[in-house]
Amino acid sequence: MTSALSFDRFSYSYPGASAPALREVSFSLDPGEFVVCAGLSASGKSTLLRAASGLVPHFHGGTASGHVTANGLDTREHGPGDLARVAGTLLQDPETQVVMQTVGAELAFPLENRGLSRAAVARGVEEIALTLSIADLLERAVDELSGGELQRVALGAALAARPSLVLLDEPTSQLDPVAGDELIWILRRLNEEWGTAVLVAEHRLERCLAHADRVVVMSEGALVCDAPPSEMLSWAAEHQPALQTPAARLFERAGLRPPPSGVKEARATLQSHGLLDAPENPAPAGSQQRRGRPRWPRRDRPAEDAALSCRGLTFQLPGGREVLRNLDLALVPGQRTALMGRNGAGKSTLLRILAGLEKSTEGKVESEGRVALLLQNPGDYLIHERVDGEVAAEALADFGLEALAACHPRDISGGQRQRLALAIVLSGERPTAVLLDEPTRGMDRAAKGDLISRLKALSEAGTAVLVATHDTELAAAMAERVVLLSGGRIVADAPTAEVLSGGWHFATETARVLGGQGQACTPEQGGALLRARMTIEAAP
Amino acid sequence: MSSLASSTVLLRARSSVSALYGFALIALALAFTHPLILLAVAAATFGAARLSGCQRQLRGAVAFAIPLALMLAVINALLVRDGVTVLWRFGELPLFGQIDLTAEAFVYGFLLALRVVVIIAASALLVAIVDPDDVLRRMRRTAFRSALTATLATRMIGVLSRDARRMDQARRCRPDGGGSGRRAQLLMVGSVAAGALDRAADVAATLELRGYATRVAPPRGDSLPYSRADRAVLVSGLGLLALLILGAAFGLASFEPYPRITIVTGLNELLYGALIVLTALAAPLISQKGRP
Repeated sequence: MTSALSFDRFSYSYPGASAPALREVSFSLDPGEFVVCAGLSASGKSTLLRAASGLVPHFHGGTASGHVTANGLDTREHGPGDLARVAGTLLQDPETQVVMQTVGAELAFPLENRGLSRAAVARGVEEIALTLSIADLLERAVDELSGGELQRVALGAALAARPSLVLLDEPTSQLDPVAGDELIWILRRLNEEWGTAVLVAEHRLERCLAHADRVVVMSEGALVCDAPPSEMLSWAAEHQPALQTPAARLFERAGLRPPPSGVKEARATLQSHGLLDAPENPAPAGSQQRRGRPRWPRRDRPAEDAALSCRGLTFQLPGGREVLRNLDLALVPGQRTALMGRNGAGKSTLLRILAGLEKSTEGKVESEGRVALLLQNPGDYLIHERVDGEVAAEALADFGLEALAACHPRDISGGQRQRLALAIVLSGERPTAVLLDEPTRGMDRAAKGDLISRLKALSEAGTAVLVATHDTELAAAMAERVVLLSGGRIVADAPTAEVLSGGWHFATETARVLGGQGQACTPEQGGALLRARMTIEAAP
Repeated sequence: MSSLASSTVLLRARSSVSALYGFALIALALAFTHPLILLAVAAATFGAARLSGCQRQLRGAVAFAIPLALMLAVINALLVRDGVTVLWRFGELPLFGQIDLTAEAFVYGFLLALRVVVIIAASALLVAIVDPDDVLRRMRRTAFRSALTATLATRMIGVLSRDARRMDQARRCRPDGGGSGRRAQLLMVGSVAAGALDRAADVAATLELRGYATRVAPPRGDSLPYSRADRAVLVSGLGLLALLILGAAFGLASFEPYPRITIVTGLNELLYGALIVLTALAAPLISQKGRP
């Protein structure tokens, strides 16, 4: 049987690079297998996918040795165009993953390139649009789409020709938890119903590990682990703890083995040990009744000591759609707040209005001093030719970037760019409030840990911190309060444990494993809860 | 292109037919300076835009055209000395000599301005009603490399304009507001340009991954039959071209600005203008009455 994908001692160096990006990589993917590629940032995951799609070395140049074959096509002889017949590829940035002007044309494009008849193209477009639930977008211009919609359209274009192999580089990085889970389920469906082999690189392993047959782990360009999910998690506990999922860390903290690959498996294990109470219907996130009567979250009165507040904020688009509706919010100095909600809920708009980048249609914003805002893409802040041109030397030292002073800002890693952008917005007069928009997109857990430490240090110095994020794990580890937006309104505003332990989608993996019991949201809290239960059970 | 807009006949017609229609309106505005005909083409253009839901695009284009047109009108009035009816004598100016404002130069300048506005509006209508993806699809069959360049360029316009908007917002988030003046502007332009190379490479990689480079020709005879929308717009477009040829052949709507304004305005010109409006609006009006 021909492998869907095979790497045979493949090494590769980008043009002018001092070190190889891939080193002697060997593994194979059987038809119908679902494999997750894990690894920290800059470990070689993206290069591996580019090699599988033929972009490396045909498009990027550089030097390569060894062999990569996709469905029998050797990338030495076949370029990305030929490989497109057998492999659909989705790279990281959806903005550059679409090339036509309308969604329908984008989905038709790969089919037309294969020389299919108009009827076959029309049928293919219809099929993939229905599969990905984007039929209502077919006549829309791609410029009008949100990041999440664009990601689905790009995935549709990659899948339109029904390739037998799909290669995806962080496909959920732009998506909210609901859309991210849906996308992984779609991949699972393609895998099960069409027998499509899937290789997906992902930082949020908890999202896709339960669906995976195997996990390959990359580190410094080498393949260091190739094992089923549970074995890989055991390996990670010993060799790369940053790759452990929250459920695996929960089990480790509780002293349980083996680590579970997903919520279902974790719950089954805990139930078999008698550590999980019978499931109960959790109350909706952040809506726990305090005095018997159900009610909406309280409307924040702009407290006298608020670092930043807004009242009656409404923002209407030119077409009349309201993005924010009569919204009140007050941020207290030193408090860390997570702002959550699905794509299009109004999170980014709220941050931009609070920072003075946009004007609200109605309502007012009051702040005690400067409001610093870090937008989604840290690269947008970098406009000089050298890192030390962006910010003063002391600030570089504060953020541990002094060694990169002479580098071009575009040549440093994603995590370093993020730190540099944060140094830029925090330089000068100390801000009374710091707002961050999706700061952990594409970040590994080590870089997230560093960011959380910095945000805690800022809040301890009295700065109010507001982070718009889809990342429930970040919110649980960083925030004291969670504000949940929906349709431009606040639908939950409560302490983090209350919001993130009571939901289905806006809940951490630990909370989902424990069913919200003890309002434990982080593996540390969950581990303590389980250990306490084990102690009680063990007592005579 | 929204789903509402694409329900109109001009947007549903195939790109070759829509392009013929748009170019016919532009050609009429280029061929005649007679104010009645220019007003008729303007009415046809704005009427077609309104019936196709493209008014927003036209409003933007006209807002851009008006300052340019006014500048042309002023320059023509001040610098052209061919008229004989002097309205105002400015006297002798260094380099320019004697400056006289004549009624003929003033009127012709105004008509030039009107013509510029109508041409830009008709061009905006052309851009709005022609599906660029369909144009590129047809180009790919005959001019592969040009189509590749055009595909990259059309995509990059949107990508880079959004990049520039985001970078401008990031600049405003800097504590010093990102500075001001020419140096700050140069830094921004340099940064967008530096990013453009990476973005272009990413889009080009996507084209590769979608199989553009190894494109296979579609089977022969695989073209769609003309729909009612195609036929309606084709008849309107050909009608406009026929009117253009007839008008030029019979010397209709003649206009001479200098030395004295000679303008022929009779029943023929009125009928000719009305025919232009009716022919242009026939296709979109038919579609309003029922699905073509």
